[in-house]
Amino acid sequence: MGNFLFPVAVFFAAIFTDNILLTNYLGMCSFLAVSKELETSAGLGIAVTFVLAVTTPLNWAVYYLVLVPFQLEYLRFIVFIIIIAAFVQLIEMVIERYSENLYFSLGIFLPLITVNCAILGASLFMVIREYSFITSFFFGLGSGIGWFIAIMAMAGIRNKLRGAKIPIGLEGAGIALIIAGFMAMAFMGFSGMIQIT
Amino acid sequence: MVVTLIVSVAIITAIATLLALLLVIADATVGNYGDVSITINNERELIVPGGQPLLSLLVSEGIFIPSACGGRGSCGLCKVQVVEGGGAYLPTELPWMSPEEIANQMRLSCQFKVKNPIKIIIPEELFLVKEFTTQVEKIVDLTHDIKEVTLKLIDPPIIEPKAGQFVQFQVPEYALSDESVYRAYSMASSPSNQNHVELQIRLVPHGICTTYVHEHLKVGETIMINGPYGEFYLRDNDRDLIFIAGGSGMAPIKAILLDMAERGDKRRATYFFGARTRKDLFLLDEMKELEGRLENFTFIPALSEPAAEDKWEGEVGLITEVVRRRATNGQNSEAYLCGSPGMIDACIAVLHDIGVAEDAVYYDKF
Repeated sequence: MGNFLFPVAVFFAAIFTDNILLTNYLGMCSFLAVSKELETSAGLGIAVTFVLAVTTPLNWAVYYLVLVPFQLEYLRFIVFIIIIAAFVQLIEMVIERYSENLYFSLGIFLPLITVNCAILGASLFMVIREYSFITSFFFGLGSGIGWFIAIMAMAGIRNKLRGAKIPIGLEGAGIALIIAGFMAMAFMGFSGMIQIT
Repeated sequence: MVVTLIVSVAIITAIATLLALLLVIADATVGNYGDVSITINNERELIVPGGQPLLSLLVSEGIFIPSACGGRGSCGLCKVQVVEGGGAYLPTELPWMSPEEIANQMRLSCQFKVKNPIKIIIPEELFLVKEFTTQVEKIVDLTHDIKEVTLKLIDPPIIEPKAGQFVQFQVPEYALSDESVYRAYSMASSPSNQNHVELQIRLVPHGICTTYVHEHLKVGETIMINGPYGEFYLRDNDRDLIFIAGGSGMAPIKAILLDMAERGDKRRATYFFGARTRKDLFLLDEMKELEGRLENFTFIPALSEPAAEDKWEGEVGLITEVVRRRATNGQNSEAYLCGSPGMIDACIAVLHDIGVAEDAVYYDKF
């Protein structure tokens, strides 16, 4: 595979074979909490996609331009976290100011994802796997879209489950985790489609 | 080693400072909505800094909107009518709004942020709502689990409630609660006693406020309250009155009766008070005295499980059964209920059966 195509491969891998939610199980808490309604799931999914696509290359830049030259790679956890938090807050302020519609559909979810581990996870994978800047962007975007697809699928299934008879002990998070497990198994069917790492 | 230490601290500090600076600049530019005006009832205009929730802006101007959760959007009480400049509803407001309220442009004022000039309508009586510094003057045991707390108003020294309304009692932070919280209690004192507020507080196991009052509150302590609030007060007409209360639901009814006695009200009134055993009954002497002062007033205490040693000769049974037995013809009556939600729902059904019109039933659930 040529270098030119590698970011594209990473992009599709992040959606299907290495789905950040279903193969790495990152970002579970908001996935379980918000996936009850299709509309809110879509809002949160878009917010996660957007933040992932921007913070992953942003963290790449800070990591390779600031931390590596000073040999401070071990500080990446704390640096990534504060960059993500500040960025999310900034975006929220801008959206609240300039687009009421966007604020209502996306903005109010932003504070929820400051602490979403999928976003920190993507930045850390980007470092471990030694992606380039361009690849990091496609990796972040792909991870976000993968997360979006997973939560939308989950919300669809949970909508169908309404009125279904579920054993009392499994109601709520219990059945949701079982569904997530089946979804993860289904996504295993994609493995072999693309080989990266 | 020392160099690494200094460099790492410097780098982290630099990044954090840069981000903080960025956020401060953003807050001053993007987040700065300038001063906006709030026009209240078409007569008063406030100029306030924009971008903040309406509730906190009004509180800072000394206008108190009833709110039980302190602005977290979890009680749904702080609704205000925004007639102009409201914009679209936030997803955090919608769960609390009925279609009628949306048609009336009601907004949840703790969630609704003021970013442009708005016009709002606030019921006049809310202007009477103030925050009072008070001092605990007396604490008396009414029963084994109900205490009567008398607060003397210090600043401002006078409250002007309608009989039956409630105030919010601010519980300071203590062992059970790491932040100060508000709880609503009906005033048991007569409105003419403008320098004092009397509350009847029943111990609820693990209740933040009730535990505080029963186990920590001391005479002489300073307590903040705000009020008066509520729609639970006597309507002015000539219908017969049915009062029904249980436990500390006595408080607002007592205030209404005292007020009637002072005004020499001659309306026919019957007060059903439900308790389990003799030791849950209280203020019997006061009620007897009120029967003397009010021409057409009857007090009917009822015990649901009188113990043998109570030697009880009055009514026995659940309060709903007693009301059904003693109040038969309700067409020309209106009813005031105060008690637990279960008791109130059961009583509403009985009142409906004996003919009391649905819109003539007023209640305070707690």
